[in-house]
Amino acid sequence: MNQTVIQLDQVSKQYDDQFAVKDLSLTISKGEIFGLLGPNGAGKTTTILMLLGLSEPTSGSVTVCGIDSVRRPIEVKRRVGYLPDNIGFYQNMTGLENLVYTAELNNLPKKQARERAEYLLEKVNLTDAAYKKTGKYSRGMKQRLGLADVLMKNPEVIILDEPTLGIDPEGVRELLKMIQELGKEEGMTVLLSSHHLHQVQQICDRVGLFVKGHLIAEGNVQTLAEQLFDSATLRITVHASPITPELIRRLQELEQVEQVQVVKSGLEITCYEDISAMISKTIVEMGSALTHISQKNFGLDEIYHRYFEGRDLRESS
Amino acid sequence: MNLAKLKNKISFFSVQTESVQAEKGKNSNPSAFMAIVRKEFTDYIRSWRILILGVIILLACIGSLYTAITSISDAIDQAGKEAETLGSDLYLFLQLFTVSDGTLPSFITFVGFLGPLFGIALGFDAINSERNRGTLSRLLSQPIPRDYLINAKFVAALLLNVLLFFSLGLLVMAFGILILGIPPTFEEFLRIFFFLCLCIVYIAFWLNLGILFSVVFKSQATSALSSIAVWIFFNVFYSMIINLVSKSLLNPEKLTSVSEVLNKQGTVLTLMRFSPNYLFSESTTILLSPNVRSLGPLTVEQTVGAVAGPLPLSQSLLLIWPQLTGLVAATLICFAIAYLSFMRQEIRTN
Repeated sequence: MNQTVIQLDQVSKQYDDQFAVKDLSLTISKGEIFGLLGPNGAGKTTTILMLLGLSEPTSGSVTVCGIDSVRRPIEVKRRVGYLPDNIGFYQNMTGLENLVYTAELNNLPKKQARERAEYLLEKVNLTDAAYKKTGKYSRGMKQRLGLADVLMKNPEVIILDEPTLGIDPEGVRELLKMIQELGKEEGMTVLLSSHHLHQVQQICDRVGLFVKGHLIAEGNVQTLAEQLFDSATLRITVHASPITPELIRRLQELEQVEQVQVVKSGLEITCYEDISAMISKTIVEMGSALTHISQKNFGLDEIYHRYFEGRDLRESS
Repeated sequence: MNLAKLKNKISFFSVQTESVQAEKGKNSNPSAFMAIVRKEFTDYIRSWRILILGVIILLACIGSLYTAITSISDAIDQAGKEAETLGSDLYLFLQLFTVSDGTLPSFITFVGFLGPLFGIALGFDAINSERNRGTLSRLLSQPIPRDYLINAKFVAALLLNVLLFFSLGLLVMAFGILILGIPPTFEEFLRIFFFLCLCIVYIAFWLNLGILFSVVFKSQATSALSSIAVWIFFNVFYSMIINLVSKSLLNPEKLTSVSEVLNKQGTVLTLMRFSPNYLFSESTTILLSPNVRSLGPLTVEQTVGAVAGPLPLSQSLLLIWPQLTGLVAATLICFAIAYLSFMRQEIRTN
């Protein structure tokens, strides 16, 4: 199960005198959904193109399914489905024709290609639009057709570059669900890049944070936060009355608490560990009525935001 | 016994070649190549601009055929008064392609004019339209070598060219036979065949120029306009510039000897021949008018004693061999540059 599918070893890509990707080492194992996260221009697409052998790394080695992407890109491309960020289809062909064309390029027999195309169109809810010209497809439909297109060759790995770009929230939800199902059902390895943090957080097993060509952190959302900040990662919201200064002082004295903040409806407590039980106990002991207590993990959003906030500070210092 | 051995040997060989092919065929994928060619060809046939250009070329052909037939009939009448047997010597059939009465240009003029336009229309958006539609990265992430795309596009466009111009040429011949009632001689047929091949090489040059620009320029409008600009330059302005140069070169006050005149004339001709249009027109003239015996200036000494008569086909071909080679070379150079720069290009959509 823990078989390595994608391996990048000390990969760098240099454009003129600027590094788009620098000293990137990354391992993704089979069946994993990996999120490549980073702002625009961080080197996500460059990394993906290098994985596919469409772009040659300046140094380092790229291996996909045990095959060297630089030397044998065609074999890699036979096993990897790629959904580019600005996906387009031949507008004067129908959705089905577009898929069958892809199948032909993959040497699938015509009959089998048609069957598979119809099956996949059903899977991405495009059966009704199968005979419509893709020029008339909406953005969301195109993206779903793109997903079907990627799956035409029955790949071992699918790489999705900004799959949720420009789709409405409902469409995003649907698409992400599809991706997740596919990953689990067919045992595919999924690599997806995005700068939409919530979405990545929803479906990815592991996330790599990319900034300016460097992979600055990787792991699941929890460890990512731990890697990035040695500060607190948990926020507990408490609604209680009355809130006395004594209560705040007592809470602050708790070992795991970093900060207590008074907000309109109650208290916001930032802490290192889940200590809601202890907090509620303290509040009750102080004679206040506890009406609500909830905890929230730091989402990627906060990680992201805090990282970049911190970066400005770090750079200026 | 021997037969069985031989059979074994043959099967052994075939197995061997198969395994070699399998090894080679790992990365080459002819059915995918054919799939791209088929798709591109369908796209071309269905596209409006090719339809419109095709119709214009067809109309031009009908027009030129009409004028050619009316003026040839006159020629036949005149020739008929002198001698009944002159028909074959006059190469009347070839005149179908070259003669006009002045109201409409002849077939070769039309082809020389519209052919490049057709080639450019086929080629100018070959690569950059894929890039702009976002299909390029999707296509290249399929298991095909990168050069399949550019090769297949070229092959599809060339196929369309061959089809169109051969059918046009054969149609003109057919109508000629029907209306004039003279069948072409075998030599005339061969000349027309070579002429059509020449047309295709000439159009392939412009096609490749279009493809080259489509690789170099990211915007389709830029590549279309620059290809047309190059075409207009060679069609209209190049000869004007050479005329200007030749005026100063061939100034009669400065020229003293015959050899100097010939020398300078040669220089002017060489300059002219840098234009593919000029190469094409020279070649067509020689191919379709066998009575033209030379492309350069001839001195009186050279013509003395020569028997005025049409050149045989082999001699005509010999005469235009350098022109042909030049055109093919220009075509290949354009394609090579396009190919190389495409192979080195980044495949990013933005």
